[in-house]
Amino acid sequence: MTSSSLPAPTPPRSSRARSLALPVLAVATALALSACGARTAAGDTGTAGSTGAASCVDTSGDTVKIGFLNSLSGTMAISEQTVRDSLDLAAEEINAAGGVLGKQLEVVAEDGASEPTVFAEKAEKLIASDCVAAVFGGWTSSSRKAMLPVFEAKDALLFYPVQYEGLEASPNIFYTGATTNQQIIPGMDYLAEQGKKKVFLVGSDYVFPRTANKIINAYAEANGIEIVGEEYAPLGHTDFATIVNKLKASGADAVFNTLNGDSNVAFFKEFKNVGLTADAVPVVSVSIAEEEVGGIGVENVAGQLTAWNYYQTVDSPENTTFVAAFKAKYGEKRPTSDPMEAAYTSLHLWKGMVEKAGSFDVAAIQEAADGVTFDAPEGTVTVNGDNHHIAKTAYIGEIREDGLIYPVWESDGPIEPDPFLEGYDWAEGLS
Amino acid sequence: MSAPATTAPAPNAAARPWWRHPRVRVWGGFALAAAVLLGVAPVVLSDFRLNLLAKFLCLAMVAVGIGLAWGRGGMLVLGQGVFFGLGGYLMAMHMKLADAGPGGVPDFMLLYGDGVVPAWWEPLRDPVVTVLAILLVPAGVATLLGLAVFRRRVRGAYFAILSQALAAAFAILLVGQQKVTGGTNGLNGFRSFFGYDLADPVNKRMLYYVAAGVLLVMVAVVRLLMVSRFGELLVAVRDQENRVRFLGYDPANVKVVAYAVAACFAGVGGALFAPVVGIVSPADVGVIPSIGFLVGVAIGGRATLLGPVLGAIAVSWAQTGLSEQFPSFWTYFQGALFILVVAFLPNGFATLGGLWRRRRGAAVPGPGDAPADPPAGTSAHADDPGPDPAQDAATAARTAGRHA
Amino acid sequence: MDALFSQLFAGLSLGSVLLLAALGLALTFGQMGVINMAHGEFMMAGAYTAFVLQALIGDAGVSLLVALPLGFLVGGLLGLLLEVTLISRMYRRPLDTLLVTFGVALVLQQLARDVFGAPNVDVRAPAWLQGAVPVLGMNLPRTRLFILALAVTCVVVLALVLKLTPLGRRIRATVQNRDLAEASGVSTRATDRLTFFVGSGVAGVAGVALTLLGSIGPTLGTSYVVDAFLVVVVGGIGQLKGAVVAAFSLGLLQATFEYSTTASLAKVLLFVVIVAFLQVRPQGLVSVRTRSLA
Repeated sequence: MTSSSLPAPTPPRSSRARSLALPVLAVATALALSACGARTAAGDTGTAGSTGAASCVDTSGDTVKIGFLNSLSGTMAISEQTVRDSLDLAAEEINAAGGVLGKQLEVVAEDGASEPTVFAEKAEKLIASDCVAAVFGGWTSSSRKAMLPVFEAKDALLFYPVQYEGLEASPNIFYTGATTNQQIIPGMDYLAEQGKKKVFLVGSDYVFPRTANKIINAYAEANGIEIVGEEYAPLGHTDFATIVNKLKASGADAVFNTLNGDSNVAFFKEFKNVGLTADAVPVVSVSIAEEEVGGIGVENVAGQLTAWNYYQTVDSPENTTFVAAFKAKYGEKRPTSDPMEAAYTSLHLWKGMVEKAGSFDVAAIQEAADGVTFDAPEGTVTVNGDNHHIAKTAYIGEIREDGLIYPVWESDGPIEPDPFLEGYDWAEGLS
Repeated sequence: MSAPATTAPAPNAAARPWWRHPRVRVWGGFALAAAVLLGVAPVVLSDFRLNLLAKFLCLAMVAVGIGLAWGRGGMLVLGQGVFFGLGGYLMAMHMKLADAGPGGVPDFMLLYGDGVVPAWWEPLRDPVVTVLAILLVPAGVATLLGLAVFRRRVRGAYFAILSQALAAAFAILLVGQQKVTGGTNGLNGFRSFFGYDLADPVNKRMLYYVAAGVLLVMVAVVRLLMVSRFGELLVAVRDQENRVRFLGYDPANVKVVAYAVAACFAGVGGALFAPVVGIVSPADVGVIPSIGFLVGVAIGGRATLLGPVLGAIAVSWAQTGLSEQFPSFWTYFQGALFILVVAFLPNGFATLGGLWRRRRGAAVPGPGDAPADPPAGTSAHADDPGPDPAQDAATAARTAGRHA
Repeated sequence: MDALFSQLFAGLSLGSVLLLAALGLALTFGQMGVINMAHGEFMMAGAYTAFVLQALIGDAGVSLLVALPLGFLVGGLLGLLLEVTLISRMYRRPLDTLLVTFGVALVLQQLARDVFGAPNVDVRAPAWLQGAVPVLGMNLPRTRLFILALAVTCVVVLALVLKLTPLGRRIRATVQNRDLAEASGVSTRATDRLTFFVGSGVAGVAGVALTLLGSIGPTLGTSYVVDAFLVVVVGGIGQLKGAVVAAFSLGLLQATFEYSTTASLAKVLLFVVIVAFLQVRPQGLVSVRTRSLA
């Protein structure tokens, strides 16, 4: 009964199919294996010379190609579109002023789609297929980590414009955002100056907050500050009742906030709801910039603090020009923020390096990079040739009712970048 | 109990020219695919494009498994990212350990962790253990979850939701354990793959050949499974689970096996994805990528042999090409594909081929179609385990009145 | 002790949010077996309704009160549109509706991004919802009390509708035995449409409520929809009380796990608990007895 319910032709078909399948399988496998064997032998002998793949950058004409790689779709598009806008502005300005070494910039634009794997893929495309002289972009730490091996293997250049968690210094990447000693440590310095003794740490669950908080813990121990709590919320988490309960129960007199994106809104609304205020328990945030304030709601964050290296309100002639140019191109309502400024600066720094080197060649640029300066909107920045970061001034800012952030404290001049915190005794053993 | 006449190919076989014989068509298509993948593609594509194709092939491996579990088994597997991720992370862990050298500590653990390799990482220093783990761990996890769900006869829809929640939970877990998993950054910066330098373009080509070979093997395995008694049972379980139970079989076992095979394929796909792309991160395992795997399968034809492969490659290729020019358009396009294909072409573009043949009056089952897809119209329960994508137009017409 | 009560309240509050998100699903999934992934986007539509109304009206209190019924209408109409155009074609393929509605969700998200812009927007809470109410030495945020009350109101209204009105009788009849209901003269097609309208409308209301807790963005719904489905799975289908009990249990469990471990681990633990629970009760907490074998 059971077997008769199965279609009759099956058994003979399957046995015949098997007899045919095996040879095909065997052939396919053999083909694959033989291909591997041959190629591998060749590969082994060729390995030594394979690093430093020959560059295909074409500098013979009167233009030179550069690549912009930002997420224009997916969750990071909100932030990265602003960086792309300011990169476009910088390219336009440079071209209007005569280009780089007399060559006009030709931008090849790509979408990273908010996925690290896409960043790696597009980086390879820009370098190997489009033959760009340098790539500008990336935002999340994971996108940078995904691109790093590509740039090192192809020996190309990436300019990365966002503050990040430090502990990295690739010869093929220039980091024009802040490293930890230019943002996190000044933020803690400020809290210490204000006499805060009990700090609560809250962050999104990813690399930057965890690394930042590791540093803060070491800093606190050396400076007599007590860390009364350390909480992480999954990215996109929107229920902060429990975390704010813990915060309130801890008796903290300040909060260091490394939350990302949407989570900030829910956090600050909850913070306000349970009756906490910026006067009694100030929150220092490192991921809230001008364009996020509107989405969080000014009334929820007015009076709270941020730590960055640039605000739209920074008072300098370069910044006035930059803000005016940006608003002229993209509209009065668009604010400028730290990552946008760092991206704008990165293109100008690359121009400075190329002109100092007199060449678009990667090795020549690496050689010439040390000491290249640019009068950026944030103040004068200088490239450090050893770790490829730049010296930047740190500002603590206060969010005001008009949605802008105003500096209330600044460091004594530009801070030398120290991605591995080698200059801080208390940070020993962190990396 | 006797099968409808349309499902028995025997009467037609004699009248049909040899090149239209299903077996010839299937293995002919297979040979063609092998020739294109192993012969043509490496010659005409640049290193960059070939590596891109290798990445698509890894995604296609997941699709082959989904074709088996979903197309044939009717299980809507919404959490394949978990198994893809398991395979990818296992391989990545091995590569990180191998890069660190004997007794060494992977770089990210020094930076973000305690600088100590956890005990459960240690076995993966051994390449043999790694390969075994890649083959067995995803399949093992799937077996456990499958037994838990199918044995208790949890509804098909519940299974879909649970597998989706599993993907969400797995991604959160990976992110949360940064010291040992690399957190959101995932694992990256691999230098070698079983001793071969990954910066060398020749070895990248070798990886492509491995991916192509593995994919072909998987397709062959699915074909062999489908024409075996297991394949018949699987389709029967999809269409009439209770009837199979009454016949004395345990549908749970059949489903678990198909689910485990799909998981194993996804794991292998992930394991090759890591060296090909150079990174594996929680972004590759969550809810969204897990559903993304289904698009290609739906488009290519979930119940066909080569459909999922072609669909997965086509979708990945379209995404790479289209998202460059029109990032926002791509999202609309992807959404529209889901809507149009699933709602109106439940058997993917393979349906179009079938319609075309039918219009020409040739009542030949499509290539790779299971020989017996009994009509599902006899059931009136709203909570049948799954759809009947292979339902032909005639059956659909017969049953259409029921809910009109 | 104080912390215990605060956590109890946090759990109840989380439960009420889950309940609002899941209530509509309990209806649509329960009645038709339709897995509507676009449910989250209906919530998003409700949230943007509140945002637009606040921009138009200005006064936060009035706009919130107007947004609640209007959000219901917006969510409901979207749901109706979806039902008529797509879902009605696919009643025999419940799992496929999941994929189709996922496609709809993608389109709606991108639509919101193109219409309202990618950055999140904010809705101000009215003055009478700001601050907290002191109860037993704790400060209970007014917004959360409001959402709790709203969730309870929705459940009571829905329960009454199901129990007392002719529509409710038809819905219950259709859930319990579609063919018999049809044979008794109930137009199951019309009932399906109405159920979908009401279920999606509740999603719109939930969206309006969520504006009090967080910001509004195109992906607002995605963060809730998986959790909401888990509530329905645990609660069992066909009756509201299952969803109510499940939502508050999961809310309390999550709050407890979150307090004793971390927010990330809490989500994972919750999943483990749910799978274990389904071992004991594969049909969920409450299930309508049917003659179905599966």
